[in-house]
Amino acid sequence: MAKTLSEKILQIHTSEEITGPGQIVQVKVDKVLANDITAPLSIESFFKMGAKRVFDVEKVILVCDHFTPNKDIKSAEQVKKVREFAQEQGIVHYYEGGDVGVEHALLPELGLVGPWDVVIGADSHTCTYGGLGAFATGLGSTDIAYAMAFGETWFKVPGSILVEIKGRLNKFVTAKDIILTVIGHIGVDGALYKALEFTGEVISDLDVEGRMTIANMAIEAGAKAGLFPADAKTLAYTSACGRQDRELVLEKDANYEREITFDATKLEPVVSCPHLPENVCPVDEVKGIKIDQVVIGSCTNGRISDLRQAAELLKGNKVAKGVRLIILPATPNIYKQALKEGLLEIFMEAGAVIGPPTCGPCLGGHMGILAAGEKCVATTNRNFKGRMGSLDSEVYLSSAYVAAASALTGYITNPKDV
Amino acid sequence: MFYKGKALKVGDHIDTDAIIPARFLVTTDMEELGKHCLSGLEENFRQKIQPDTILVAGKNFGCGSSREHAPLAILGAGIKVVVAHSFARIFYRNGFNMGLLLLELGDRVGEIAEGDLLEIDTTQNMLKNVTQNVEFELNPISEFIQKILQAGGLIPFAKQRLQGA
Ligand code: SF4
Repeated sequence: MAKTLSEKILQIHTSEEITGPGQIVQVKVDKVLANDITAPLSIESFFKMGAKRVFDVEKVILVCDHFTPNKDIKSAEQVKKVREFAQEQGIVHYYEGGDVGVEHALLPELGLVGPWDVVIGADSHTCTYGGLGAFATGLGSTDIAYAMAFGETWFKVPGSILVEIKGRLNKFVTAKDIILTVIGHIGVDGALYKALEFTGEVISDLDVEGRMTIANMAIEAGAKAGLFPADAKTLAYTSACGRQDRELVLEKDANYEREITFDATKLEPVVSCPHLPENVCPVDEVKGIKIDQVVIGSCTNGRISDLRQAAELLKGNKVAKGVRLIILPATPNIYKQALKEGLLEIFMEAGAVIGPPTCGPCLGGHMGILAAGEKCVATTNRNFKGRMGSLDSEVYLSSAYVAAASALTGYITNPKDV
Repeated sequence: MFYKGKALKVGDHIDTDAIIPARFLVTTDMEELGKHCLSGLEENFRQKIQPDTILVAGKNFGCGSSREHAPLAILGAGIKVVVAHSFARIFYRNGFNMGLLLLELGDRVGEIAEGDLLEIDTTQNMLKNVTQNVEFELNPISEFIQKILQAGGLIPFAKQRLQGA
């Protein structure tokens, strides 16, 4: 019988015969990831378990991207702990300083993740690699410690929901609008414990970066993974990153629990309103809300394609008075590429602040915290209460187009109106 | 295991930023994290928590980030069990890994009122609402997770494996 993408990938990582959803299987993992917030706990758990060495120094990845460059003494201590662990263990993929980027933008670019891989990370947006056809999911620090020690973990085989996106995308409608629309439709627990698997003409047309944007937010629908087939585009992308991968094909007659179809031709730019990602509405319904800040960056939309979209609208224009536009290219490579293409100059001419590759304000860490009463349009993935600062601040999630258009007017704005 | 305590209610989709806001994630100390338990929901939520509090939540409790600091903050505030309609997936694993008991009750969770006295017997999969004198059956916990719980959490479970037990 045909298997879902999740089942196919899990099957080649376990000795047990996968029979269907609900089954608990022991799975070998290809990569194990943690960051400056979650690794310290993993390291503590690792030693409490009595473990001495990580299972493979090439397969444990540590990325200090959240509060870096270290925002205060305590975060500096956390990073120090991670750095010392990496040195002692001889971990090959340790990233900090000028090497660091937001982990889920960084790992694909370095060729560390790809189709058919099982990747687990102590970060909920580990699901991003599903865009490349990896079964990737977030776990807690102690689960990660266990995997660091043994190179394996357990999974309950998830049931899968097939999401088909038909048609063509209109101008200014992006991958972000697709995933926000899906979340708005099924709700923040609509895929709880399940995998979302994507197919359809629009999905084949999308570039790999767009697919990663969609996979990234699968967790915002409660999903364990957001998976895409690996086609010629995927393989071209991963081979440019130094890998050799093989196709991963989606079979529609596999055991999908539910099928949802969207016609992209009808989609328009949307935003997700405070304080839950499922509060999605067309941008026109909320246009005119006055904003104080715009953030373009993060593991969702801080890639080169997002910066290009922002530049398209910002070029030759000025950010509205009283609005802070903060742009954080997600990795050093993206930063360099943006520099080469002249995007950074466009941003500076427009009056933006360009920050280093870091999570920064996305999780209310630093470099753009909101005061009480302030409103922000962000290309990030969560708008929970207080996520970017004060409990009385508000975050609206959008694509880079909507974010840039809003920065220019000072109000939530449809990109077609600027 | 047997638990007895008073219900303290919170709503649906309580995310991990509400349980422990990111700005407090600069420590792994349970007691310290416990001081800020649910402060992302209400500034001084910690003051509502008594030594016998049983947290009663709605749908999708613990959604959002994978931070293990969330169950730690709850444990650090002295709460040993959370009863919810349902839990977010990562939080569900983390809770058990840390030794926090998580029980799913489905729609009937809405029948529990603030301050109700609850008795929980995990061996029987039963929750008794003493105040209202009704009993509920809990969703069973999977066998593999029970093994982890029996070992006392994932750390002792791993320890046994490393020692070849
Ligand atoms: S950019 Fe935001 S969502 Fe992505 S890893 Fe960093 S904090 Fe998490």
